[in-house]
Amino acid sequence: MNENKSTKEEAVLAELDAFAELPDAPPKRRIKLSWVGKLSVAVVAFWLVMCVIGPSIAPFHEMDMDGDDGFMDAHSNEYGTFHLGTDYLGRDTLSRIIFGARNTIGISLASTILAYLMGITLGILAAVKGGWIDMGISRINDAILALPTIMLGLIAIAWLGSSIPVLIGTASIIYASSVFRIARALGQDIMVQDFVEAAKARGEGVWWIIRSEVLPNAAMPLATDFGLRLVFVVLFISSLSFLGLGVQPPASDWGSMVRENLQGLTYGSYAAIWPAFAIATFTIAINLIVDDVSAKSGGSLAKKMV
Amino acid sequence: MMMQMVLQRIAIGFATLIVVSVIVFLMTSVLPGDVAQIILGQSATPETLAALRKELGMDQPGYMRYFSWLGNMFTGDLGISKAGGATIESLIGGRLSNTMVMAGLVALISIPISIALGLWAAMHPGTWLDRFVTFGTLSTISVPEFFIATILVLILAVELHWLPSTAYLTGEENFFELLGALAMPLITLVIVVSAQMIRMTRAGILNVMSSPYIEMAILKGVPKRRIILRHAFFNAIGPIVNVIALNLAYLVSGVVIVETIFSYPGLAKLMIDGVQTRDLPLVQACAMIFCGTYVLLILLADIASILSNPRLRNPK
Repeated sequence: MNENKSTKEEAVLAELDAFAELPDAPPKRRIKLSWVGKLSVAVVAFWLVMCVIGPSIAPFHEMDMDGDDGFMDAHSNEYGTFHLGTDYLGRDTLSRIIFGARNTIGISLASTILAYLMGITLGILAAVKGGWIDMGISRINDAILALPTIMLGLIAIAWLGSSIPVLIGTASIIYASSVFRIARALGQDIMVQDFVEAAKARGEGVWWIIRSEVLPNAAMPLATDFGLRLVFVVLFISSLSFLGLGVQPPASDWGSMVRENLQGLTYGSYAAIWPAFAIATFTIAINLIVDDVSAKSGGSLAKKMV
Repeated sequence: MMMQMVLQRIAIGFATLIVVSVIVFLMTSVLPGDVAQIILGQSATPETLAALRKELGMDQPGYMRYFSWLGNMFTGDLGISKAGGATIESLIGGRLSNTMVMAGLVALISIPISIALGLWAAMHPGTWLDRFVTFGTLSTISVPEFFIATILVLILAVELHWLPSTAYLTGEENFFELLGALAMPLITLVIVVSAQMIRMTRAGILNVMSSPYIEMAILKGVPKRRIILRHAFFNAIGPIVNVIALNLAYLVSGVVIVETIFSYPGLAKLMIDGVQTRDLPLVQACAMIFCGTYVLLILLADIASILSNPRLRNPK
């Protein structure tokens, strides 16, 4: 089975190579990023690495109150140096941001991946099966989409209380609804293409068609959408944390750090600015990558001429 | 044809509202502890509880309670708050009008600014001014509302001492004091809402710019300014009106954050307090008001885009 598949892939690749030598060959799908895009990739990669190794390289533990006092500027004492000063309880701001990356990005990433698993499975299912399955899922989905996300979050937390599983569950269900809509639309588009008709005529099963025809063709648009969705989830989770309804203290999370240290602004402390800045670097970088990738596809006469 | 589509949208909007009310009712009524217990508090005995439940109609099946809840909602009887046992209407009253004033002012300021900037950016695509607007708005929509609010507090209140950092109202301010207190939340919301509107206005115009009749106009030699103001803008009005209504709907989430950060006594702040103390009847009422407004604005956006589509307006 496996061997069979690899020979098939080789055949397809050979065919593509032959095709590439024709003068009007389709452009190869390779993503070339501008320098802004490359910088953004570096920023996102930095934070992802921080999620993994952050806690072991942070100068302090997120809950250690080692600073001389709350809302201090950068200073050193017998415990070490506080590069970004201390927060309202005298904890090292830099260490809390590094620890917070794991919570903020980790929870958001988990929610987005879960949302994608749910959204794509149901979306493709609805597109392929159609009929009452499609009707049923689509109606429920419309109801979720018709509500402001923050309201759904607030109702869910009022209902179940705030904990990390509740946060991940709520965010993934809310955002699965938009993934569902996109996956369903893409699936429906692909299902009426000639190559799917051909596959059906060959007598391929539903699963084979989904795996070999629908998913590969839907992969690229879904990948760019993943970036945008992740940004929305980060904003959603940190907004809830900022309202005091997300990640609960003493764990550090970028949204709740802004909330905790807001009072410090009036004393000239930047402890609330740094975590907000961390969120901004992460989300803006992702958006710039998505912008860069999608700008490379398409282009029209008017854009060139005006 | 067009009337039919509009009526269909209204019907869908109404159905959505019903579904929303079912979701809100279900999520907030499956929890242990009911209104009877709240009213009687510690002094509840099984007999008094049963009597009060009967009086309030709590012994009835779920769907009957849902219908009476919905009926009460329409007649303005929103129930009793868990905290202190005050009626929810009395808690919401002034808060609702505070939030409406804020949202109204934001709409009034941001709509003209956004359309002007979006048009202007679309007229000069690729120039550094356009890049600045594009990058600025992209950054604004990528960051949380509280980031913008925090930066504004740092600059305008802490460093420059121009504006107060909270918007707490006592109800005795004169007009100028009121304006000063409202300034910070207003500026924050205008920035947040406008960024999205500018982007979508610009995208809407550029989208129209790639249609065949514009290419025709370009090839004919019509000046750029005239193409945009005369050909593109009128065809982009539909999408732009749609964008405006959608973004006023996004205000709902912006308001939640901004009222919290500036301690503005609005409906959203009341709701957050309700969520924190898990005061479900209060959350129920506020959620219905917010979701209802949201559904209504989305409905308006849909109808606007149907009405402004010339193909639907003049059917063959």
